[in-house]
Parts: sequence; C-alpha cells; structure tokens
Amino acid sequence: MSDLIQIAHETLLTPTGLGESDLDRMLGELVGGGIDAADIYFQSSRLESWMLEDGIIKEGSHSIEQGAGIRAISGEKTGFAYSDELHLAPLIDAARAARAITRSGGDGTVKVARLTPVRQLYQPINPLISLTEAEKVELLRRVDAEARKQDSRVKQVIVSLVGAHDVMMVAATDGTLSADVRPLVRLNVHVIVEQGERREQGSSGGGARDSFQFLLDEERALGFAREAVRQALVNLEAVDAPAGTMPVVLGPGWPGVLLHEAVGHGLEGDFNRKGTSAFSGRIGEKVASSCCTVVDDGTLPGRRGSLSVDDEGTESQNTVLIEDGVLKGYLQDKHNARLMGVESTGNGRRESYAHLPLPRMTNTYMLPGSYDPQEIIASVDKGLYAVNFGGGQVDITSGRFVFSASEAYLIENGKVTTPVKGATLIGNGPEAMLQISMVGNDLALDQGVGVCGKEGQSVPVGVGQPTLRIDELTVGGTGGLSNLP
Amino acid sequence: MNDIKERQARLQQLVADILQEAKAQGASAAEAGVSSDAGLSLNVRMGEPETIEHTRDSGLGVTVYFGQRKGSANTSDLSPEAVRETVRAACNFARYTSEDDCSGLADADLMATDQPDLDLYHPWEQSVDEAIELAQTCEAAARDQDSRIVNSEGASIDSHAGLHVYGNSHGFISSYPSSRHSMSCAVAGQDGDSMQRDYWYSQSRRHEDLETPEAVGRMAAERTVARLGARRIATGEAPVLFQADVAVGLLRSFLGAIRGSALYRKASFLLDHLDQRVFPEFVRIHEMPYLPRGLGSAAFDSEGVATREQDFVSDGILCSYLLDSYAARKMGMQTTGNAGGVHNLRTTCGSLDRQGLLKSMGRGLLVTELMGQGVNTVTGDYSRGAAGFWVEDGEIQYPVEEITIAGNMKEMMLGLQDIGCDVETRTSVQTGSWLIDRMMIAGQ
Repeated sequence: MSDLIQIAHETLLTPTGLGESDLDRMLGELVGGGIDAADIYFQSSRLESWMLEDGIIKEGSHSIEQGAGIRAISGEKTGFAYSDELHLAPLIDAARAARAITRSGGDGTVKVARLTPVRQLYQPINPLISLTEAEKVELLRRVDAEARKQDSRVKQVIVSLVGAHDVMMVAATDGTLSADVRPLVRLNVHVIVEQGERREQGSSGGGARDSFQFLLDEERALGFAREAVRQALVNLEAVDAPAGTMPVVLGPGWPGVLLHEAVGHGLEGDFNRKGTSAFSGRIGEKVASSCCTVVDDGTLPGRRGSLSVDDEGTESQNTVLIEDGVLKGYLQDKHNARLMGVESTGNGRRESYAHLPLPRMTNTYMLPGSYDPQEIIASVDKGLYAVNFGGGQVDITSGRFVFSASEAYLIENGKVTTPVKGATLIGNGPEAMLQISMVGNDLALDQGVGVCGKEGQSVPVGVGQPTLRIDELTVGGTGGLSNLP
Repeated sequence: MNDIKERQARLQQLVADILQEAKAQGASAAEAGVSSDAGLSLNVRMGEPETIEHTRDSGLGVTVYFGQRKGSANTSDLSPEAVRETVRAACNFARYTSEDDCSGLADADLMATDQPDLDLYHPWEQSVDEAIELAQTCEAAARDQDSRIVNSEGASIDSHAGLHVYGNSHGFISSYPSSRHSMSCAVAGQDGDSMQRDYWYSQSRRHEDLETPEAVGRMAAERTVARLGARRIATGEAPVLFQADVAVGLLRSFLGAIRGSALYRKASFLLDHLDQRVFPEFVRIHEMPYLPRGLGSAAFDSEGVATREQDFVSDGILCSYLLDSYAARKMGMQTTGNAGGVHNLRTTCGSLDRQGLLKSMGRGLLVTELMGQGVNTVTGDYSRGAAGFWVEDGEIQYPVEEITIAGNMKEMMLGLQDIGCDVETRTSVQTGSWLIDRMMIAGQ
C-alpha cells in the first residue's frame, strides 16, 4: 500500500470502521445493468483562515468538510448523490440513488484495483500545523506593519491568511484506486491609500501547495505588502483610461489570465463534445498567430494549480493546447474523453465530494518567445501597457472574453508613460490570439492566488505568460477619443 | 409538515446544545447557525437526461466571544463529537484574535420577537421522471422555436427545500423552513460562421409560481436568435438603457457601496454621502422583509435582529446605510438589521415598459448582458464588457457585441433618467430597466 493510500485510509475510512470490503460492496452496487462507469470519491478537508484589519487580528475560523460523492454513468447520462456521513448505510443509499439513472439491475464486474505509484508534486503534509497559532498571528502583524511603513498615505490594510489540508481517495469501477494529500496556503494583502479627497486600492498575494513556511521564505509575504502599496500609489496618479481599439502590451505573469479566458475554457472537453465552443471541431486549424504555444501543465511541483493526480485518479499532464498557432488538443476528464474516443488528460476536477467532476484547467501558460520585453514596448507608437488584472470572464460559444486591468499605463512613442485607471479589455478568443505579433523571452507564472469558477464550482488554478503584444484589442476606458494617446 | 416540525425542533435543540457547549467551554457569549437542505438538480440535453444530482447538505457554524475577542468554526458534520470539536476549535481561535471594542452579539433589545409566517416553505413533491419530463418540454420548446437554434446546453430543474436555525446567548433562538425552485434553459444558435448562446430562467418559492416550461424555453430561444449577426459599433458616447435583469446588477453595486464594511474601511465612493443626493428626486429604494413567498423574505437577520421595512434612498437622498451591528459600532450608528444582506429590495418604477423606454431614449444602446468584474467600489469607476442592441428612433436596429461601457457610478446614478415598470422579479433585489443619460462606449 502506498503512503498516500495509507494516509487516506486512516483519515477517511478507519474512523467509521469502513474497510476494503465495504469499498468493493459499494462499487458492486454500481456496476452492470447499463452502467458504463462509476466512482466513489472520499474527501476530508480542513480549512483555516485568519484576517487582520485595522491593525488587529479580527477573525480566525476553522472549517471541517467531509463526505463522499458517488457517480454512475450510462452513455451520456450521469447520476450523482453524496453523503456527509462516511458510514456504510448512507453510502449504499447514495450509490443506489446515483445508479437509478438506469432502470435495469444486473450483474457486472468491478476490475481489480490497480495501484500505480504516484509521482508526488508536493509533500503530503498538513500545512495547518506548519506554524503555531502565535506564529501565524505574528506573520499577519508583520505584513500589516510592512505595508504601513511603506507610505503615510496607507489608511487601511487587510491581510488574510488561508490554509487547507485536503485528503482524498477515489475508487472506480475501471480499477482505479488513488489517493492524494493536498496542502494549499495563500496570503492576500489589500490596502486603501488616501491623498486629499482621493482614495485608491491595491492588492497582492501569493501561495502554493506547501506549508505556511513558503510565505516566510524569501520574505514573500512582506513582498506582497510592498507590492499592494506600490499598486495603490500608482493608482493615485492614474488618469482616465482611453476608450477604443488600440495595440495592447500585456506584462508577464498574472496577465496570463488572458489565456485562461480567451483559450483555456473554450478548449475544455465538455463544451467541445457538445459542440458549443467557438473552438469546437477546429483541431489542426490555425487559431492563434504562429508565435503562440499554449500549454496546460498540472505537473509543476508545488504550484497552486498543480495536482499529482486529478479528482478521478488520473495523473496530471503537460498538455499542449496550441502549438505554433495550431490547435492541438482539448482538456479532458474521463467522462468526456470516453464519449469523444480519447484519453483523459488528467483534468477531471471537482470543488468537493458534493460536486461532479468537470474538465478544468490546472496551470495554463504560454511558452516564451524571443523578444526582449523592452523591444515589445518600444514597438508600440500609441497603446496600452497592462500589467495587473482583476478577474475575467468568457462566453464559450461566441468566444467573447473580458478581463479587467487593475494596473495599466499608456504607451507613447515606444515608452511607458502615464498610469491609467482600471479598464476592461474585451475581445474574441480566436481573433485576439491571431492578433498576437510579439512574444517576449520573460515567461513568468503568477504568484499563486488564482481561483477559477465554472458551473458554480471553484478550483485553484495558475496562469502565466511572457510579455506579449496584441496588435488590436478594445480598451474600455471613459477617456474617450480625446484621451487616446 | 409534521416531519418538518419535528426536524425544526431537533435542529433548534442542536443550536441550544452548541450554545450550552460554548458556555461550558468558557465563552462569555456565543451564536450559532445550523442549516439542512435537500434537493434535486437535473439537466436534460438534446432530449435526454444528462445529469441527475441528489443533493443533501447540512452545516453548522459557531462564533464564540471571550469578552471582546472572537473565534469561529464550522463543519458539515452534525454529530455530537463534531459539535464539541467545532466549538473547541472556535474557542481556540478566540485565544489568538485581538480585543476588538466593536465585536460582540447585536444588542439584546434588537432581537426579533415576532415570528410571522412568511409562507416560504413549499416543497415540490415531484418524481425524478416528472422533473425530467418538465425539462424535456422546456428544452423542446426552445429547440423547436426557430430553425437557427442548432445546439443546446440543455434545460435544468433545481429544487431545494430545507431549514435554517439561528440562536445566540441572549436566549434568542428561531428557525424557518424555506424552499426554492428554478427552471432554466440555454441554447445555441448559428448564423453563418458565428454562434451565439443565451438563456432564460424562472425562480420562485412555490413551483406553481414558475413560468411554464414552454415559456422559459421559448424565451431562451428568442433571446439567442435575437443576438445572431451581432456586430461592433463605433467608439463614442451615448445614452444606455440597462434592461431590468442587468439593471439589478447596478442596484447591487450601489448596495455594495453603502454596506457598512465598505464604509468603515473607507473603501466606498459613497463614504460620507449620508443625507446627500445620490439619485434624481424620483428615486426611492426600499426594503420589504415581510413579503409572503418573497425570495429575500426574513423576519430576522443573521444576528437575530428584527428586520424592518425601511428606505435606503428617499426622494433621491441617501437616507440610510446598510449595516450590521459590527459596522454600526465602528461607525457610531445603529444596526439596520442587514447582517447577511438585504431582504427584498425594490425601487420606484415609472410608467414606461421597455418599449416605452426605448422610445424615450430615441438613439442609444440597449444593454442585455454585462461581462466581467469592472466595478471599483472604492472609486465608483465602472467599465464592463457588454452586449445588446443598437437603437435608433426608439426602435431596435441590430444586435451589438464585443464592446465595453464605462462611466463612474456616482455620475451614472445621478444621470438616471427613468426606471421602467418592467420589474425583474426573479431575484430578491428588484427593479425595472434603467435609462442612463450617457456613458462611454468603446468599440471599433
């Protein structure tokens, strides 16, 4: 038995006296009679969060969620039920409810579980105990002090610290038996600055699948405080953003949210199986300019979006989505892969045991090109340089996407000049990707704060990209044509 | 009904036990909430059931106070051992949080004393097969509506019913059962190379109050087909009519700016605007917590404070902030019974429906969809992706997409020309279409 399976057994099954034979019995309830596949997902998740505001530790809270979700699939039909009690009787009830999608009963066989060694991308630790409570409180206070000492115009600092310890195990009728222990930590800093009548905000943060020590190493947490203040002070000087179509240069790292919205969602297997994505049926076609290669990589050690195995027990992969501008592949979970006649790419993810798995992204980024970032900025006569963003959104079917800049500047005669207020950028995925004319050599990944929402389910993700130039994108400021550079 | 009474009594006892446990562990005050909910969510696509989910959720949350320090914990496990462990976790956190002058329960004399029956509990006794049939009817109505509907994301039925109990160490303990049902449909249409999708839904406390499946399906199809052939428009300023369902979003952004937590953090563009004009004189925004079957109805807020009918805006003047007891103490004011949010909010509405407002606007942009999160509550800066229709001489000319609209919330609110009588009733925050005098549109 592998270490992970053993930890999962002890956390999920042993406390209520469940054993191997009970797993077999539950899976036995689920096979045959028109059921093509079924799985049981056990989870125990402990979450802790702390919040500092007005210089005091205002809130601390702890949360325990545990249960099991049972899924039965017949053709395109999925039946699903879950229980927050890890006892045999309610789990058997849930199994019967899930399999009620087919009328016929019958015998089937469960494949003998095959345990494959899992390549571990993070340590199976409990990050909640990696610092004492007093040390966590001290960390929040130091971050607060660091932000306040940057500038007297800092009027409010909110610091939040979140840690999660997630243990999962999945058993399926195809013989899968897999487990994972997933640590996740995150620290966010939000500041309000004031100058005369004007107030602006700035925020920063980061995290990883690691212990809280990650935030202390290299003074990362203090760096987030300095960065939040820097952004807020830049915004104090910002003028109205221009409105209209213009060349846009996106900075490295977090602006990769462009790829998440413009490309990633549209390549998820479910939309493409159903034919409702703007990318449906376009494998092998040119969907981006030839300087673009985009991957979804769940295998980066310790990253927020990474997974040793996905929530269906499939090892995560580095999947090429677009290579030199040509669409190569989709992101698949088992269900959509089976219906499309391909293999899962290890992208079957779920928010919790109480949610169905869906094809989801992990860490989505663009590979670096050859340009010096300065060269890219210098190539623009009049345009926008956007380096930080809030969230984004996409309409899969039409391909339209938006994302909102939280730090941006004008580019005038090849130079970065005045900061402008946050503006929303809007485009059409395939069209915008074809407009990318220069890709920098400065690939960076985000700091580890991304959350992706789909069908009401949130999962942690990562994004990244090098500096890149889009020849034409619509910038939604209030400045009007007169403020156009 | 007896079953629900029995469960209600059981969960109330659980809350009493949690409060007792907190006291036993040394807390000077405590509050706890427990909820339990069961339901069915299913989706039918291309005529066939696609997912059938049986949901059953329960959870408890407890906050303990040791003087002015607090700690919280929650769990999905309602067993006695889990309750003890959860209270212990909350108490442990309270050892490390700071003394905070403003923390604590809401004042005892503000607790709700009336328990009016708001008629919120109407479970839907339907079999899975019946629900599938309804969804099939709904989706078929959409797919049969127009030959340009070429694909479907399906039709869904969601039905949930449950109980919520809240209690605190003032001796307040109360609960109410409620239900919520919805039916929705989303389809894709094609015209040449371009695909568009849109959806429609209906939601209510009682399934009899839902729109018919045919009506929901037809509306989803009509909205999708209307978007086909959408184009961009030139950059420039124009009046903008926010259709009622998206006007609700503007109203929510306003509420976000008068919320206590935004104000005491100085993170609102409406800081220090109490008793000042924020809308034109014709605007009243009021809260009605006691509407029978209302989607936001409640006799007490999430601190047990009695809710009340009240105005936030009267004759265009901001007459009240939206406060819970913590923010109120921070600001030297009194809670407005809005811990957890508002309970049925309505605005004034005028005499014109959407058609009438289009005539009134003459030339401009009708917005039917907004995308992205570009609303900055600190500054009021507003910039969002939009789709809708270009309007000339009061008539819709053609669908528009891939544009943004931008302005500042403060100016947009003061520039509100009219509110339609076409009130959006599927949400707890309700208003008609909003006509704003001018905004910046970024397009080609």
